[in-house]
Amino acid sequence: MSRGRDIAQSLGTREKAATVAVTVVVGLGAGYGLAHLLSGYIAYWGVVSGPFFVTLRVAIPATVIAGILGVALGYALAKGRFPGRDVLESLGSLPIILPPTVIGFYLLEVLSPGTQVGGFLTRVVGHELVYNVYGCIIASALAGFPFMMRAARSAIEGVDPLVEQAARTMGLPNWRVALLVTLPLARRGIAAGLTIGCARALGEYGATLMVGGDINGKTRTMSLAILDSFTTPERNTMLLILILMAVAAMTGVGLLSRSRT
Amino acid sequence: MTTALDVAMARKVGEFELDVAFTVESGISVLFGPSGAGKSLTLALIAGLLRPDSGTIAISGHLVTDCASRLYVPTQGRRIGMVFQDGLLLPHRTVLDNVALAVRQAKGRRARRAIARSWLERVGAEALLERRPGSLSGGQRQRVALARGLAGDPALVLLDEPLSALDSPVRRELRDLIRQVLVSSGIPAVLVTHDADEAEELGDEVIAYDVGRVTGRRTIERPVERDASRAAPEDESR
Repeated sequence: MSRGRDIAQSLGTREKAATVAVTVVVGLGAGYGLAHLLSGYIAYWGVVSGPFFVTLRVAIPATVIAGILGVALGYALAKGRFPGRDVLESLGSLPIILPPTVIGFYLLEVLSPGTQVGGFLTRVVGHELVYNVYGCIIASALAGFPFMMRAARSAIEGVDPLVEQAARTMGLPNWRVALLVTLPLARRGIAAGLTIGCARALGEYGATLMVGGDINGKTRTMSLAILDSFTTPERNTMLLILILMAVAAMTGVGLLSRSRT
Repeated sequence: MTTALDVAMARKVGEFELDVAFTVESGISVLFGPSGAGKSLTLALIAGLLRPDSGTIAISGHLVTDCASRLYVPTQGRRIGMVFQDGLLLPHRTVLDNVALAVRQAKGRRARRAIARSWLERVGAEALLERRPGSLSGGQRQRVALARGLAGDPALVLLDEPLSALDSPVRRELRDLIRQVLVSSGIPAVLVTHDADEAEELGDEVIAYDVGRVTGRRTIERPVERDASRAAPEDESR
């Protein structure tokens, strides 16, 4: 048995969660620092830092929102016995198939304060949902959502139903069976979906551009900034940071999926 | 004394028809018969994992299934404990967690874990507390499964071929342990087996099954083993 595994086994659940969290933070920080050093374009940091932080502000909540909704709908699709499940899954998968510009167009139709639905949502939320970071988060979450939903459904369907039955004979109510048995046993598949969804949220371009615009310091993510600066030297810094962010995020999610909690 | 189990039910599965009626008062009742006689199906129906087509099931005087009035108390509300052939422990939780999660009668994690620990001691699994089910032998898994089945203070314990996946020496050892623990706890039990020796040695009575029907019933006379009055696990001296 490897030393790493020995250490992992000696740690408690909270310590493991803390280790994973620290790894992700350190990974992101190291990526940030490394990119800063390796790029050699320190002078461009002023240009790069804005999109970097906007990307974090968009990708992290988008992944969380898409993850929660994706797992919830994936669970309902895997366990529910209602008509139209496959149609619902197809509808939920539309963002994979439709061009991002089409998604952006429909999101604008739904979220713009000038439309009926958008006006209603704007009044409910208390501020506009387009051409600001909220629009970017919604567009990125929508782009990542189908990957998470499909992966969650498949992983949850793969959990041995006999183990879930055994948990019911222990007196656990269905919601505790879901939280304590089904989801932990499906965590690797769910984490795979989170990984792809997170990558999609990081790289989202078309719908984000249409819903959020390309406002420097406000809605300009790394993906948008790379195109804007494609002929300038700082693009290398941006590309490197985006790659390192993706690697750090993937590594963090991978560690989470392998933790034995 | 309240009847521990009162069953009168029928269920069709493909061509197979189960149609049984029996009661269990106390002690260990063994459902004995060949494979495919409907014994495990009976346990699944009693546990609420499946629904009968017709009939009623009452556990400890409480009606939990009544097809006529469409009453189906979910498995969680039946106050049963169950031991499965393959243990079916939660693979991602420790042995102690597996048993502690089944404790219903105590509030608070510490109290639940204390009760779980005492049951694990009673079945001789106190050295396994922090182990994961994947690292246990078949016999160890069944010991833990037995502790889990009893830890929730159930009104009835159901044991579905708990020894059939084990080798001979371990089987012998576990057979004695199951009888001793069930008798000392005083919790009524229904155990399924197709092994005649096992039925004879474990049961206080044997209910014979064949092709979905009860074909006979026999009480096994035994010398008094010990006081079968129910004791809390903490009070049990070892």
